[in-house]
Amino acid sequence: MRSSQRQAYDDVVLCAPVTVAYRRYSINTAHWWIGRALRALTKQAGLRHKDLDGLTVSSFTVGPDTAIGLTQHFGLSPRWLDHVPFGGASGIVALRRAARAVQAGDADLVACLAGDTNHVDSFRKTLQTFSRFAQDAVYPYGSGGANASFALIARNYMNTYGARREDFGKICVAQRDNAQAVPHALMKKRLTLEEYMAARAISDPIHLFDCVMPCAGAEAFLVCRETTARSLGLEPVRLLSTIERHNAFPEDAIQVRGGWAVDAGELWSMAGVAPDDVDFAETYDDYPVISMMQLEDLGFCKKGEAAEFVRAHTLTNDGSFPHNTCGGQLSVGQAGAAGGYLGLVEAVRQLTDTALGTQVPNARIGLVSGFGMINYDRGLASGAAILARAA
Amino acid sequence: MTQPLARPSRKNPLRKTRLPLSPHGARSRTAHGLTMAAAEGRFALQTCADCGKIVYPPRDACPACLSPRLPYKDVDGRGLLVAETTIRVSTEPYFRERMPWRIGTVCLDAGPALVAHLHGDTREGERVRLELKLDKSGAPVVLALPEKDTRHMQDDPQMRELTCDPKFRRVLITDGRTAVGQALAKAFSEVGSSIVFVGIADTWKPFTSMEALHGIAGVEIVPFDITDTESVQEQAEQNGGRIDIIVNTAEHIRAGGIIDRRGITIAREEMDVRYFGLMRLAQAFGPVMRFRAADGVNSAAAIVNLLSVYALMNWPAYGAHSAAEAACLSATQSLRAELRAGGVRMVNVFFGPLETEWFQTVPPPKVAPAALARAVIEALQKGLEDVFVGDIAEDVRARLAVNPKALERELTG
Repeated sequence: MRSSQRQAYDDVVLCAPVTVAYRRYSINTAHWWIGRALRALTKQAGLRHKDLDGLTVSSFTVGPDTAIGLTQHFGLSPRWLDHVPFGGASGIVALRRAARAVQAGDADLVACLAGDTNHVDSFRKTLQTFSRFAQDAVYPYGSGGANASFALIARNYMNTYGARREDFGKICVAQRDNAQAVPHALMKKRLTLEEYMAARAISDPIHLFDCVMPCAGAEAFLVCRETTARSLGLEPVRLLSTIERHNAFPEDAIQVRGGWAVDAGELWSMAGVAPDDVDFAETYDDYPVISMMQLEDLGFCKKGEAAEFVRAHTLTNDGSFPHNTCGGQLSVGQAGAAGGYLGLVEAVRQLTDTALGTQVPNARIGLVSGFGMINYDRGLASGAAILARAA
Repeated sequence: MTQPLARPSRKNPLRKTRLPLSPHGARSRTAHGLTMAAAEGRFALQTCADCGKIVYPPRDACPACLSPRLPYKDVDGRGLLVAETTIRVSTEPYFRERMPWRIGTVCLDAGPALVAHLHGDTREGERVRLELKLDKSGAPVVLALPEKDTRHMQDDPQMRELTCDPKFRRVLITDGRTAVGQALAKAFSEVGSSIVFVGIADTWKPFTSMEALHGIAGVEIVPFDITDTESVQEQAEQNGGRIDIIVNTAEHIRAGGIIDRRGITIAREEMDVRYFGLMRLAQAFGPVMRFRAADGVNSAAAIVNLLSVYALMNWPAYGAHSAAEAACLSATQSLRAELRAGGVRMVNVFFGPLETEWFQTVPPPKVAPAALARAVIEALQKGLEDVFVGDIAEDVRARLAVNPKALERELTG
């Protein structure tokens, strides 16, 4: 069906990475968190917020508002506006749309924002009304939330490919190491594999340290042309390629792969690089089994061999195959839709030598992938981007 | 293998009474097709009328051909349990009180994959059969059972949570003078109900089968007159705190329509026994049953109302009687909503003319009281909400679904 070669992103760049330090619980609204991210973004860019002519927002808890309500709330008059409610794929999807808008001249400065609050009982309420399929066919079954859904996926993955809990544990332990110097990470206590293995079961085979901690927080970045970024004094990061796919492989009885497996070839060929060229990877780590699927489907190893791949690398910032270099959501927390921005924001920092935690030495090319929306029994949205240090 | 339930001992007043809670019961309008099937104990899923694809979760367009025609049809519930998990942490108080809780993914031979509650005798990698059940919120859920029946499988905690099994429960039959009341007393005794209270109005008045009733294990005759508010209240005060299932067997059957009867005396009696009787029963026993609906093995479980199928469409030969039954049916719909707060089930059992003295002049087929009693027990064991017993009841239901107007005309013939 594909009729033409995809156009390169030319001089479209990402810059001004913003993180509003996470908190386990917040009495503030999502608007407050997103507003703080917007303020930090404009401050970093040295702009008046009214100068922004593009805005895209992702949030689970900003309801009943969407991006349109936020324009009035924040006093913006953008000529390009988007709302991307795709959970863990929000960052990649927002970036793709913003990049094309800038490239086409529909907007010059697009603020990409994601943020959520976490009230004491808001997580349960989000689960109850997450989707129609979840309401009809998942939530009434023990109300275990994503833990239970991913438990079934993880269990089947282990049965099918022979991955062990120790392999999942290796990912979690390495990410915790990477989080040590990150100031706002909610979980910085060092984790040993023994502690990981001994943790209490949440929904077998998911145990405590396989789960992200829901929290409040916000992430943001700016998409513009490289010349614009430089004129603002911002360090740009190039966008080499992206992919996005939804509801891939609906015929699989249980999810063993995501949409990356459909589009990975295009991702690498468009970027003109190979998996071996990547200096670090930020996968979407709501559970380590999903990180493993991404490693396979994106071509870092063959299907079913992620466990071996994990065993063969340190996954730490100072070792081989640095993975989730700020600790990922498993260490810093999952601030709702901001979890889908975390990898992109961290990658921009790594590629501009501004990491909040430890810097990956000589990082020139980074891969970021997103995954989101357990509508029924599987994550529907998948996406990925390859970013590169500007010359 | 399921461990057989131990007969519950007397409740220790120092231990906490588990309060009734419900799982999240909201469903989309389309998903209520599952509610209808679950209420009748059928396993039905949406089946595309254009391409034949079996669809789940409930949708409004077929994902194979985009057809909007997705009627629910009975399908084969057999499949493979591909993956299971034991949930130990839940966001909902209902499940927190019942942890751990097993669920799994079942690939149906007929197509889709379903997330299901798991019976204790199911195993990952093995074959299972799916049934639709109503949970404590009255909403439909899928339960995976072992492919073949296992010993004591009714005693499984998840199974028991989704049914109203009379085993070790205490039952009140409101009228033991009727043939149906007597058949029910015997049936409940046989399936292991701890006590079968059988209500008799004016106990000093003798009746045939009195001796036989006394001879049934576990039966306790109690004074009970459903037309007397004080009598009903008194029995609720006496035994209400330990009655888990009520079967309303009160009947008042007289032939005749509206014009042909003289006056409204008989109609008043009919309403008194059937409509006001149910109201007295519900007001006296409902509050304590709602409160006790989660209290252990012998928690309050259900009120069963026996109804003439002509509650659904008037049969002019018994026109006034049908009208009283219709009033009674309408009241059960309100009761169903009111009892749901506690998770107590309101079961309606519809039947055609019975093989009793009141239907002597009616030609067959007729329902034997023992058959009706068996149907009540089965409805409780399966956790049903709407039950149709006998050929006439099935016939009326089927015709009602096709063309209510035709049924109305034909019943006057």
